[in-house]
Amino acid sequence: MDFQENTMQSELRDLTRKFAQKEILPLVEQDEHDERFRPEIIRKLGELGLTGIPVPEEYGGAGLGYQEYIATIEELAAVSVSYAISVAVTGLPQVILNLFGNEAQKKKYIPKLAQGEAIGAFGLSEASSGSDAGSMRTTARREGDSYILNGTKLWITQGDIAETLIVMARTGGPGPKGVSAFIVEKGMPGFSCGKREKKMGCSISHTMELIFQNVRVPAANLIGSEGDGFKVAMTALDSGRVTIGASALGVARGALEVAIRHAREREQFGKPIAEFQGVSFMLADMAVALDAARLLVQRAAWLKDNGLPFSTQAAMAKLFATDMAMKVTTDAVQVLGGSGYTQDFPAERYMREAKVLQIVEGTNQIQRLILGRSLTS
Amino acid sequence: MWFFSDEHRMLQSTVRQFAREELAPRVETLDHEEGFNREAFYKMGELGLLGVIVPEEYGGAGLDAVAATITMEEMGAVDASTTLSYLAHTILCVNQISNNATPEQKRKYLPKLISGEWIGGMGMSEPEAGSDALGMKTKAVRKGDHYILNGTKTWITNGPNGDVFYCYAKTGDTKRDISTFIIERGMKGFSTGKKFSKMGMRASPTGELVFDQCEVPAANRVGDEGASVKMMMRNLDIERITIAGISLGIARSCVEVATQYSKERKQFGRPIGSFQQIQERLTEAAAWYEACRTLTYTAAKMWDIGTMTPKETSMMAAKAKLQSAQMATQVALDAIQILGGYGYTREFPVERYMRDAKLMEIGAGTNEILRLIIARQMLGEAADADAT
Repeated sequence: MDFQENTMQSELRDLTRKFAQKEILPLVEQDEHDERFRPEIIRKLGELGLTGIPVPEEYGGAGLGYQEYIATIEELAAVSVSYAISVAVTGLPQVILNLFGNEAQKKKYIPKLAQGEAIGAFGLSEASSGSDAGSMRTTARREGDSYILNGTKLWITQGDIAETLIVMARTGGPGPKGVSAFIVEKGMPGFSCGKREKKMGCSISHTMELIFQNVRVPAANLIGSEGDGFKVAMTALDSGRVTIGASALGVARGALEVAIRHAREREQFGKPIAEFQGVSFMLADMAVALDAARLLVQRAAWLKDNGLPFSTQAAMAKLFATDMAMKVTTDAVQVLGGSGYTQDFPAERYMREAKVLQIVEGTNQIQRLILGRSLTS
Repeated sequence: MWFFSDEHRMLQSTVRQFAREELAPRVETLDHEEGFNREAFYKMGELGLLGVIVPEEYGGAGLDAVAATITMEEMGAVDASTTLSYLAHTILCVNQISNNATPEQKRKYLPKLISGEWIGGMGMSEPEAGSDALGMKTKAVRKGDHYILNGTKTWITNGPNGDVFYCYAKTGDTKRDISTFIIERGMKGFSTGKKFSKMGMRASPTGELVFDQCEVPAANRVGDEGASVKMMMRNLDIERITIAGISLGIARSCVEVATQYSKERKQFGRPIGSFQQIQERLTEAAAWYEACRTLTYTAAKMWDIGTMTPKETSMMAAKAKLQSAQMATQVALDAIQILGGYGYTREFPVERYMRDAKLMEIGAGTNEILRLIIARQMLGEAADADAT
């Protein structure tokens, strides 16, 4: 593991930063307010080659690794966590199909996602099955050369605009072993969206209820074999945790930059508030925590890129980075004081966005559970 | 609290019922739409809450700081925004007029403020003078039987919707040449500037007060010219004690919602309350809340008994406010975490509690300023010493 980014990583970082500053930043406050997602941003990111970074070139991806991927995700999140998550979630079906899909599935679905022509989604959670993913109730019943899906999914990121969704459903008995993974396409008869959640933050990113009423999915859309679903989901979550960790780095860095600028410019008692230790020490702690988190996230990405086990390290990175982001963004609001509490500055938005990162891709309680078990088993 | 009187307990149950019936049904919508529960203020007037610590001879309820803190906790548990506006009205405007104004000024302003016909606010902070309150730049110059005010106040609770403002302005060149004026909406040269969109406390309008050659009758000056610093600082104490009550209310509701959820929500075949991670957060929250509650009501009681020195009361007020604000923010963050995905949505109130709680660490003295005040008391001159 190298402590210096390679040329490709820094080029991707610069490219993404410039794009985010130019194309996303001017819209982000108003769009968050209006809960408006712009698919054209994903298309443009696709044109730049930023929506399929970790999948092979033969399927339309960039053929790079997670170390490049997290640089891009961090830069997007520094401007908008909603779009960082959108890219990460569009990446999930690609990563899943690349690992578990057959050749036909890869050829059919990955290229459009990798090039930003299609948006992806991942349907796992249900109303009574959040952290306890193995208890899901959505069913898939085999009928001829199809499966019939019935059930309701909850908290599905961009479920309303996604063209390609990976959906988990029960084909067998209770527990994790009875779960299978399916590719569902937008517009399949019987598949519809229910309510859209009103959220505290990340409102550009739509969080949807998905309803399956006798949805006929071709058997060719089963990923792997029946019963592979839980393994698919857990592998996806491992990778997802690395990208959520990267999102946490971005939002925290954005907040830290705003706080540093304000601390230098804002004068009280005749001097910049940065000269008060109460403020400068807060900034120091924020910077230390951010860098520590970045090292954890980069380690997980490096392990994954080198084909080494990374599940535990991904859980550590997600847990530490998102807790860090919550603290750093909360402190950024504090450094800005009254201004930080208003929507004239982005600090309060960063704080509202950071909170969701402690919840998605396995709540931080689940990360501790995983880590506790892996340490003691 | 063990030292609550029967009167305190009665007040507590009255306000709790008022909050449930009048505040709870509208709070979500008002928060979302950045509205203001005007009707609640008429009802508070009927209940005698708007002049809770004003002596009875001026139409108040003649109660004490403990009582005022009870009203803040009970309303704050349901609707912190409206409670913040209530605090600006009752503690920052009504109470200051009651404490410092002449009998004529009291007769003119208190009845309508206490009935809820007028909404009050206070003007201290300015764009360049937040934590450094004495650095204010708004100037008042005497001209015959008027003062001419020029300047801008910012982050004023009830600014956009208030009728009467208790405002500070410079009448001399030194930091302490501060005088007070009662400003009425409609005075020539007075306007309310922009309204802020905020992260939380969205049903409590916040805005600017703009003075442009504003003519204020000399009869509206409160106290002697240049003699307001002490009154201003003294009122910060009761503001900090009572605003800590809002933190208590928010935290209490967070603990209640999170506890209920932990009993009902089942994952892995059992209530999540059976997991020790959840138990840790719930129990720490409950214990921290009780500690802050004891601290805050003790500070209020000290204020009421009046046997401590003003400095001692001031320190207790600062400590109670500092701890309660941090406690409320952390407890609210933990409540969202316990509720997971549900906690992040607006279907449950905890995300609003968190957005509201953050203001507690900023308004009425940021955490940083409170630490500075406490440090100065503890360390004396050493607290501000430069390298020599």
